Amino acid sequence: MNAIGWIRLAVIGAAVGALELASRSGLIDHRVVIAPSEMADALVRLLISGQANGQIALTFGIVIAAVLISVVVGFALGAAIHALPRVRQTLEPLFATYYAVPIFIFYPVMIAIFGLSVIPILLMGVLTALVAMIIATLNGLDRIPRVLMKVARVHRMGRLQTALRVSLPAAAPHLFTGIKLAVSYAFIGVIASEFLLAPAGLGRIISDAYSDFDNRRMYALMLLLIVVATLVNMALHALDQRWAQRRGIVRP
Amino acid sequence: MTATQRATDALIILALMLLAWQALHQAVGATALPAPLPTLSYLAKFLPTARFAANAWATLVSFFYALILSYALGLAIGIWMGIHRLSGAVGEPILISLYTLPKVTLYPVVLLIFGLSVSGRVTFGAMHGVLPVALLTMNAIRNIPPVYLKSARALRLSRWQTVFTVLLPATLPEVVSGLRIGFSLTLLGVLLAEMFAAKQGLGFLIINAMQLLQGEEMITVTLVLFVFAALANMLLLAIDHRLHRRV
Repeated sequence: MNAIGWIRLAVIGAAVGALELASRSGLIDHRVVIAPSEMADALVRLLISGQANGQIALTFGIVIAAVLISVVVGFALGAAIHALPRVRQTLEPLFATYYAVPIFIFYPVMIAIFGLSVIPILLMGVLTALVAMIIATLNGLDRIPRVLMKVARVHRMGRLQTALRVSLPAAAPHLFTGIKLAVSYAFIGVIASEFLLAPAGLGRIISDAYSDFDNRRMYALMLLLIVVATLVNMALHALDQRWAQRRGIVRP
Repeated sequence: MTATQRATDALIILALMLLAWQALHQAVGATALPAPLPTLSYLAKFLPTARFAANAWATLVSFFYALILSYALGLAIGIWMGIHRLSGAVGEPILISLYTLPKVTLYPVVLLIFGLSVSGRVTFGAMHGVLPVALLTMNAIRNIPPVYLKSARALRLSRWQTVFTVLLPATLPEVVSGLRIGFSLTLLGVLLAEMFAAKQGLGFLIINAMQLLQGEEMITVTLVLFVFAALANMLLLAIDHRLHRRV
């Protein structure tokens, strides 16, 4: 790790340490925020006790399903829309406004339609992630250098061969950006929906712990969520960097 | 693209949405999803009521304060991290991971600190809006051609003169993009806060109508918010495009 990485670690460490000190010395009320060490302790105990494991598995299962659906369907739709310029032109304003609309205002509508079950939650995950994947696919297909397509023609490649050996690898970095976005958006979509209203799941039990004034449980689950989300994003970022290096472009 | 073409496209999308709405209504029944026409007539009746005005005002007030807070903090952090390279290098990954975090789960913390008050909703909205403003501002400053700064130094401009006469005009297009995204996310934050725990505001109205099985009111408020967010974004996007073209 380089110097900047160490400084970053020190900054985060100092922030956590300050919170710990403030909490231990009574500067921050225990009923508001508990000490980070206590959060970690509560999380370990909760995981060992297995009380919340079912809920945790359920939520992460929905997130994974939402990501898979969004990536596959988003790519397919993106490729289809790319092939139909007139359709694309019509949809362009929709894409431009899509993420400006607070999507969660539709969650109650989903519940009214599908009932209070896993389906509206999964749908919210897909709805938040899908369009990012479509946009990334369009970007990727737009940015394939024309010369590559000419090379494919020179080699007399068929449509399928061109798609698999030229278009797909050339668009891959953009597609990966789409996948990265889809993962974090699906996470936000699923957790936020569960948090607002859900029959079960991680978001629901955090919200329940809040209503029960069970701060240890609430902070333990929040910590879990933050750690998992951060680790997943870091892993995707590292993968992205490595591929960029292999292509000879090192992005900061 | 000509204006008529754009208008046609918008109309096509609108027609498709209405058709999809009607089709969904036919499929799931009127209790789950009221049809477009009755909902629109309810909308016409609902908009002039005092109840709507009071709740819309509550949302607007929270949103306004949250937006000011997002912009002020976001610009301050972005400018600082853009000018001070080390802070930028250290802080950027931290901001990015905060950006991708589902911040909803942190709302109970905000509630524990502020209680069920406007300050809580404002803080939560600002938590969503600060990050994109800060990140895009920082990137805008980093991407300034070095020669601009050299000429500022050659002219012996003071720090503040450099900020206002060189940095600001050079970074404006990208900063405005950040402000646009910050606008949408702040609105999202405020509405989420109202939906989770509040006794007023449009977000509360939606959840309340859902629990009381008042489908028409639920869709009406959703529609109002949808139109507000879409129109505001279109306006900001137009400004954004104009600034980007100017450079």
